[in-house]
Amino acid sequence: MTGTTPLIRLTGITKTYGRGQATFQALKGIDLAIETGDFVAIMGPSGSGKSTAMNVLGCLDTPTSGRYEFKGVRVEALSRNQRALLRRRYLGFVFQGFNLLARTTALENVELPLIYRGERAGTRHAAARAALEQVGLKGWEHHTPAELSGGQQQRVAIARAIVTRPAVLLADEPTGNLDTRTSEEIMNLIGTFNREQGITVLMVTHEPDMAAYARRIVRFLDGRVDSDRRSVEAA
Amino acid sequence: MLWNTLLLALRAIRRNLMRSFLTVLGIVIGVAAVITMVTLGNGATRSVSDQISGMGSNLLMVLPGQRFGPGAEAAPAFKSADLDAVRTQISGIERVAPVANKTATAVFQASNWSTVITGSNSDYFPAGNWVLAAGRSFSETEERAGKAVCVIGDTVREKLFGRQNPVGSEIRIKQFACEVIGLLKPKGQSAMGQDQDDIVVMPLRTVQRRLTGSQDITRLIVSVKNGASIDAVKQQLILLLRERRNIGENQDDDFRVMDTRQIAETLTSTTRILTMLLGAVAAVSLLVGGIGIMNIMLVSVTERTREIGIRLAIGALEREVLLQFLIEAVVLSSLGGLIGIAIATAASIALAGAMNVPYMFDAGINLLSFLFSAAIGVIFGYFPARRAAGLNPIDALRHE
Ligand SMILES: Nc1ncnc2c1ncn2[C@@H]1O[C@H](COP(=O)(O)OP(=O)(O)OP(=O)(O)O)[C@@H](O)[C@H]1O
Ligand SMILES: [Mg+2]
Repeated sequence: MTGTTPLIRLTGITKTYGRGQATFQALKGIDLAIETGDFVAIMGPSGSGKSTAMNVLGCLDTPTSGRYEFKGVRVEALSRNQRALLRRRYLGFVFQGFNLLARTTALENVELPLIYRGERAGTRHAAARAALEQVGLKGWEHHTPAELSGGQQQRVAIARAIVTRPAVLLADEPTGNLDTRTSEEIMNLIGTFNREQGITVLMVTHEPDMAAYARRIVRFLDGRVDSDRRSVEAA
Repeated sequence: MLWNTLLLALRAIRRNLMRSFLTVLGIVIGVAAVITMVTLGNGATRSVSDQISGMGSNLLMVLPGQRFGPGAEAAPAFKSADLDAVRTQISGIERVAPVANKTATAVFQASNWSTVITGSNSDYFPAGNWVLAAGRSFSETEERAGKAVCVIGDTVREKLFGRQNPVGSEIRIKQFACEVIGLLKPKGQSAMGQDQDDIVVMPLRTVQRRLTGSQDITRLIVSVKNGASIDAVKQQLILLLRERRNIGENQDDDFRVMDTRQIAETLTSTTRILTMLLGAVAAVSLLVGGIGIMNIMLVSVTERTREIGIRLAIGALEREVLLQFLIEAVVLSSLGGLIGIAIATAASIALAGAMNVPYMFDAGINLLSFLFSAAIGVIFGYFPARRAAGLNPIDALRHE
């Protein structure tokens, strides 16, 4: 670790679901620092709290206690609105279930984050087309999700996530619904964005083959970080 | 931000065309029904009051009993002596026409037609704004002798004579033959939907002797001289009739003297109640439309909650999402409202023409239905969205 502030630092993060009698502590004190430009895979058995941690990291959910610093800013102290602005400016998401808007063309899906950023129509169209081209979907701009394969939908989702050039790309089992070949294509894409654009990647995966694309592997066990190491290949 | 949000709202409408169409349709039907009903009802009311004020403001109607219509207590009819007394003892009157009615079938050659026979005198025509198209009215001799002569309305002429000239012919009514001496100019339908031209007028005495078989007169039509006070004539009439009908000092009148304003009020209050009823029925359809919209919106809440989650995750602010849904709701419901108003205007003009009542634009009901429809759209489109936008993004995304 360098002496500078890491991009993301979690200190003693806990997350408890439910209230009263039926509570469940999904995160039991997570300490984690992530440097700019890193490619981190989060692994661990089902129910170990990987998704919960990702949602906290992505400001989609709030931790029950602990400290979350993003670029040195205390995230847990921000208002809903400020957290939305943080997502808008720095974060891109790719979900296992793609989460594209139905009956909406690929181009309009990719444009969406730019609309919220207030980009002009011209800039927006150009950027969205370029992003679709980068994920290999040139010529598919006017297809709706129902007209695209799973792999193509995930590519649209990736294009939507990177079109704003986010600081961090968060992906929760991005290849969970895809076959091996398509998974590899998707991982190559994500790897390219990490290497060429310096986008920090946080990815949850169950498959060692996919984790192999990462430079660092963090293992979760029962709501805690169990192990944290640089991958052999990348080292 | 407003511009971009408008764009997003319009895209969402286009994306869910069927849902948008059904939402708009629900509002269109409700709004169109309410406005059409109320507009036609207003037209009918206006038409009734126009027609009565067309009778002239100098008319008084004298009726036995205190009230019109059902529930009217039995009160003795007037007699010919009452008519003479009114004519001789009251100052300021121009004409007095008695009326006695009887339904009967009129026959001419192979045609027959059931109609109302009115017994009166020659004053009946000017008092009722009737104009002769051909022939003449009754002479005094014919009235006094109860001669079998009649003046017929245009409908009766058409049913019995077709294209033939009726004047001079004889029609049979019950067992007697009656010479047609005059034909009335057509007046058309009354506002209450009656055919005013379906009429046969004979001298009072003829009707009393040959049809009703009694001396009864069911009402008196009194026209007041120009310049004379209507109220004064009314007071005199009341005093005279109370005396002639032996009404004690503490007893109420068992007859009624109405001027045209009162007649108009009585009749228009009926059409007004009708308007309200029709409006209420139509309002139910607006409500049903609203419930339909609510149903559509609630069914789509699951999908839309996830949509809201996606939007929040990729950088939308809560207020941007809300504004988008508000715009969507307002655009759809005002579109529905405007189309509804357009259809209602077309339908009201067409139906008013068919029903022979004036078309009267009612800004109030148009505005009211429009606002109501907008409110429905906003309530059912916006409030479910507000709940969803208040969730943590992850909870909205996970919504099942
Ligand atoms: N909204 C919730 N309410 C209650 N409990 C929850 C909720 N979300 C997750 N949990 C619980 O928290 C624990 C951690 O869940 P999480 O989704 O983080 O696991 P995961 O590591 O992502 O598992 P998987 O590999 O199956 O995706 C699980 O036991 C789960 O039951
Ligand atoms: Mg998970």
